[in-house]
Amino acid sequence: MYLVLEKRAERSHTIALVSPLVAIGLTIVTMSILFAIIGKNPVAALDAYFIAPLTDSYSLQEIAVKATPLVLIAIGLSLCYLANAWNIGAEGQFLIGAVAGSWIAVKTQGTDAGYWVLPAMLLLGAAAGALYGLIPAICKVRFGASEILTSLMLVYVADLFLDYLVRGPWRDPAGFNFPTTADFDPVATVPVLIEGSRLHLGAVIALVVVAAASVLLGRTIKGFEIRVVGAAPRAARFGGFNSNHLILLTFAISGGLAGLAGIIEVAGPVGHLQPGISPGYGFTAIIVAFLGRLNPIGILIAGLFLALTFIGGEQAQITMKIPLDVTKVFQGLLLFYVLACDSLILYRFRLIFPSRQVPRGTG
Amino acid sequence: MRKRTFLAAATALFLAGSIGSTAWAADKLKVGFIYLGPVGDLGWTYQHELARQALVKEFGDKIETTYLENVPEGPDAERAIEQLVRAGNKLIFTTSFGYMDPTLKVAKKYPNVHFEHCSGYKRDKNMATYSSRWYQGRFIQGQIAAKMSKDGVLGYIGSFPIPEVISGINATMLGAQTVNPNIKVKIIWANTWFDPGKEADAAKALLDQGADVIMQHTDSPAAMQIASERGKPAFGQDSEMIKFGPKVQLTSVMDTWAPYYISRVKAELDGTWKSEDTWGGLDTKMFQMAPYTNMPDDVKKMAEETQAAITGGKLQPFKCPVVDQDGKTVPCEGGDHLSDKQILSMNFYVKGVDDKMPGK
Repeated sequence: MYLVLEKRAERSHTIALVSPLVAIGLTIVTMSILFAIIGKNPVAALDAYFIAPLTDSYSLQEIAVKATPLVLIAIGLSLCYLANAWNIGAEGQFLIGAVAGSWIAVKTQGTDAGYWVLPAMLLLGAAAGALYGLIPAICKVRFGASEILTSLMLVYVADLFLDYLVRGPWRDPAGFNFPTTADFDPVATVPVLIEGSRLHLGAVIALVVVAAASVLLGRTIKGFEIRVVGAAPRAARFGGFNSNHLILLTFAISGGLAGLAGIIEVAGPVGHLQPGISPGYGFTAIIVAFLGRLNPIGILIAGLFLALTFIGGEQAQITMKIPLDVTKVFQGLLLFYVLACDSLILYRFRLIFPSRQVPRGTG
Repeated sequence: MRKRTFLAAATALFLAGSIGSTAWAADKLKVGFIYLGPVGDLGWTYQHELARQALVKEFGDKIETTYLENVPEGPDAERAIEQLVRAGNKLIFTTSFGYMDPTLKVAKKYPNVHFEHCSGYKRDKNMATYSSRWYQGRFIQGQIAAKMSKDGVLGYIGSFPIPEVISGINATMLGAQTVNPNIKVKIIWANTWFDPGKEADAAKALLDQGADVIMQHTDSPAAMQIASERGKPAFGQDSEMIKFGPKVQLTSVMDTWAPYYISRVKAELDGTWKSEDTWGGLDTKMFQMAPYTNMPDDVKKMAEETQAAITGGKLQPFKCPVVDQDGKTVPCEGGDHLSDKQILSMNFYVKGVDDKMPGK
């Protein structure tokens, strides 16, 4: 008797809905065992991770702050991935958006430029991100270059370009050679929603983008095209959909949203341009996109959930003295289980009872 | 009008009280730390962690310490610091330059909490700064390096061209020039504080280019390991790195934060904490030299004498006249040596450094 993984005739919708919950359940069970092994009370630890951050308004706001860039980027990525275009370089598009938007902030610094500054920064950030995203898309469409490689490599170009600017031409003259621009003027700063908090307008923009993406995918022909091209490329061709056109479109949207997230982050919580503005948002967003099943609402939930694990991880470090590495194990486990459970959407377990005459195959 | 002011004051007091009460739930003084690297980096963060452990040993039950490690110097830093405040920490050490603005923001928000920021230049009523005169140690290292180098070429791994690092390179050269006026230095900017791979590559490149003594301003022992493999003398950084180069480490500028941390926690417990700018040197044991090893006795003797002279204030590494790279004499603003301000904002190379400063 042995167990095989067998392809289902069609994808299981029940499992598709249940699998994230099963994954979270398995993660919690595994983590509880791990907490017990390192001598921490599992209930208290899980409380610090999941419950405590949800019970006070400060942590809730911080979760929203942390989730904002993740959700914005992941929404764009989901459109790419649905259309079978593999944008891995959102991190670079994020950085270029931050750089382009900051250009206006740096150039208008100390002048009496009015309230047009911030909107202009956001627009330019998004436009620059979109153009930067189009580079790998065009290379793909024109030359057949793998967009996975080109988009990824452009991350390092963007990173070094930002580095050059803040160490060279844009360096704060009063900053003792430290690699950072001067703090942005108030008109170049994303306003906070609640006085004294870090929750800023970007969170609202993220919600609007989630809604817009839901409409795009659910209610428009374009959204239908994106999904068909990804799910059934041959059918899409027969239907007259131009997949090259869609690659360009989804890369532009995705780059634009990443760029927007970049400038919002710089003009919001950071307040100036410096290296290290992104602790890997562009890559974490890939996880968010898949955790959210490439669905806008799912991505919103996944983004908030991942943000919760960051905030909860810090609280666990503070209140329970649980090392940071455990938080990383925790995030890794979660992904592992999500992917493992997802395979059950297309596959199922079956017990095989081999008959005596037939020698057992090696599978 | 007067009544209104009174009401406002009463409200403010009440608010301050209610915020305070959530924080002093426990009697112990809570002391928090924000670390840049993992506690096991064996360099910069490790030395802060050792000092934290010394605090626990010194004060025992009177305090409770907490740290957050691997906190990036970006948007997450402000939240991490605020989380410590909200967990009731009353004295918080933020141990990297990049936490300066986030620390200041949180300090303004919580005037009743005291902050200590390492190696920055912005202060506030409740935000002190502290750092070390590492350039003193670099001067000694320069002398040793010049004695130990056969070809007169030093290899220097820089992190970022900020004043602390520039003044370290300059002090090294001024020290080395007292031994060999024609000493040369090759500099590689790693553009990182901690990246063992990059640091090791830089060390290899320097050795391949003919440098025969390795010194570093980055935090991991990777360069020491490369020097050890190649059998070339090297200096540790931040901590004792003799384990990684038992046959090659000459000495190391070791950060010893414990005395400072103990004095600040004591001040906090006594209610005498004040925002200050502390820039400690060899005399205050803010940093110490690792034992002088793997060198002839006469070199060791010279190093010890120089150390004693600096500790006693008889020797100033930046003694005037200081001549810059282009041959111009730098204005002497500190009497017979450069002023602290000049050293803290140093943005030029001294004569003899054959390198172009990045971004200049």
